[in-house]
Amino acid sequence: MFAHQFRSDLARFWRNPQSRYFTLLMPIVFLVIFATIFKGHTVADGRRITITTFYVPGIMALGIISATFVNLTQTIVTQRENGEFKRLRGTPLPASIVIGSRAVVGVVVAVAMSALLLVIGKLVYDVRIPQSTMLGLVVSVVLGAGAFSCVAFAISTRISSAEAAAPAINITVLPLYFISGVFVPESQIPKLLRNIATVFPIRHLAQALRATIIQTHGSGIRVTDLLVVLAWGVAGLLVAARTFQWSPRGD
Amino acid sequence: MSRAPDAQPAIAVSELRKSYGEHEVVRGIDLEIHPGEVFAFLGPNGAGKTTTVEILEGYRPRDSGEVRVLDRDPASADGQWRSRIGLVLQSCTMPAELTVRELVELYAGYYPHPRSAAETIDLVGLTDKRDARTSQLSGGQLRRLDVALALIGDPELVFLDEPTTGFDPSARHHAWEVIANLRELGKTIFLTTHYMDEAQTLADHVAVIVAGQIVAQGTPQTLGGRDRELSNISFTLPPGSALSELPGALASSARVGEDGRVHVSVNDPARSLHALAGWALDRGDELGDLTVGRPTLEDVYLRLTDGQVHQE
Repeated sequence: MFAHQFRSDLARFWRNPQSRYFTLLMPIVFLVIFATIFKGHTVADGRRITITTFYVPGIMALGIISATFVNLTQTIVTQRENGEFKRLRGTPLPASIVIGSRAVVGVVVAVAMSALLLVIGKLVYDVRIPQSTMLGLVVSVVLGAGAFSCVAFAISTRISSAEAAAPAINITVLPLYFISGVFVPESQIPKLLRNIATVFPIRHLAQALRATIIQTHGSGIRVTDLLVVLAWGVAGLLVAARTFQWSPRGD
Repeated sequence: MSRAPDAQPAIAVSELRKSYGEHEVVRGIDLEIHPGEVFAFLGPNGAGKTTTVEILEGYRPRDSGEVRVLDRDPASADGQWRSRIGLVLQSCTMPAELTVRELVELYAGYYPHPRSAAETIDLVGLTDKRDARTSQLSGGQLRRLDVALALIGDPELVFLDEPTTGFDPSARHHAWEVIANLRELGKTIFLTTHYMDEAQTLADHVAVIVAGQIVAQGTPQTLGGRDRELSNISFTLPPGSALSELPGALASSARVGEDGRVHVSVNDPARSLHALAGWALDRGDELGDLTVGRPTLEDVYLRLTDGQVHQE
């Protein structure tokens, strides 16, 4: 039953021009723009690296967040408000599959997006593909995607209409992209803003991904960063479990 | 419709109550609907129809009263119970990215013993549109697709909440055919509507809810004592005649309405008409606009709901 639902949800994602362009194209556009505007080198983790080596993992974080948090929040709010979820709850389909299938679509797209960005980074900007740290990269991508999906479930309960979803999502993630080392190199961000960014999961996900590309030894797993991301995911899940709604607001 | 008198009802409700805050929207209603019956639940907007239906469907908790649907309490419904029930909600948007066939096949996968997807699409008259994305369907076609999704699990009981609201007359008649087909399949159907002709055409049994209470129940033919009411005869008086010249008792019971026509209620329509026709022929007159009618279901409904119909 899960595979049946998953195939349908994946087809819907792929056929929806909005999700296709926003989720798949936008990270690539951002990578090209930032790699074109900013040149030379920067410093991360105490090492001097090319600016593109800095941007590929940062934009990868953005791609993961777009595929899960942004895409899923929009999907959940829209399908709740237009009555689709309510209708599904009237069938024998278990709630876990309704939600799980949509989340797994996000995770699968996030993994595909990360791979695509890695390949573009290698071919166009000569950014190295991790060898020994590949495990860390895979763990970071999957854990990040899962955690941001859970945060989407929680946030969706605070958004009352499909129209309000996009602004609410953007006001949440855009400022954080700027201060979390996704859009702007960390070395150029004031300490105060960096400290604010440390509270949220985006900077930690970007750092965890970046480490797997910069480091040449070890597993590349940044335990502290990944634990912060995981904590946000668990918190999101707990909030969602208490407040998740199937029926439209005001129903 | 014949059935064993001790047959288990498909739906049994007694003393059902539900409030939202201070406002009690369902105020102690009783219903009994038998297997294979088409039941129409009538009432103005805000009378408590949808709240009642959603309690029966397992969407809403009740405050008090007994509810059994297919011998289960819907408040503690599980997937097995849901697989025996089909729903058309008052409004639902279909996934725009999927075709009719994909969506029906998707829903078929939710049920243990689904009907054939192709047959079900045919039953609702969407075979020509089976490969169209749902975004290309008209409002009436979407509603019929909704009905197909309600039927795909081969349910015993189907809830249709205002299935034809907003339809043009031809779409409405098409939908009625679909519902009549369901009756042929032996389904129990719980229909809410505020169209009297819909109830008249489809239902075996109707109940009218007003302000959270059931004010009348019966067949469409007997609702509100409609079957015992008098026949109405009306016509225009021939030129040069007066009410007092009418034959027999008609002379005293007839009156002239605002429309200028004579109206009279009788309990012996054949005899009265005979006398009236003889009277006119003897005078050498015709009664060109003569009508004989009984109160329609709509007349009864309007009287029962006492103007509340137009509140919203």
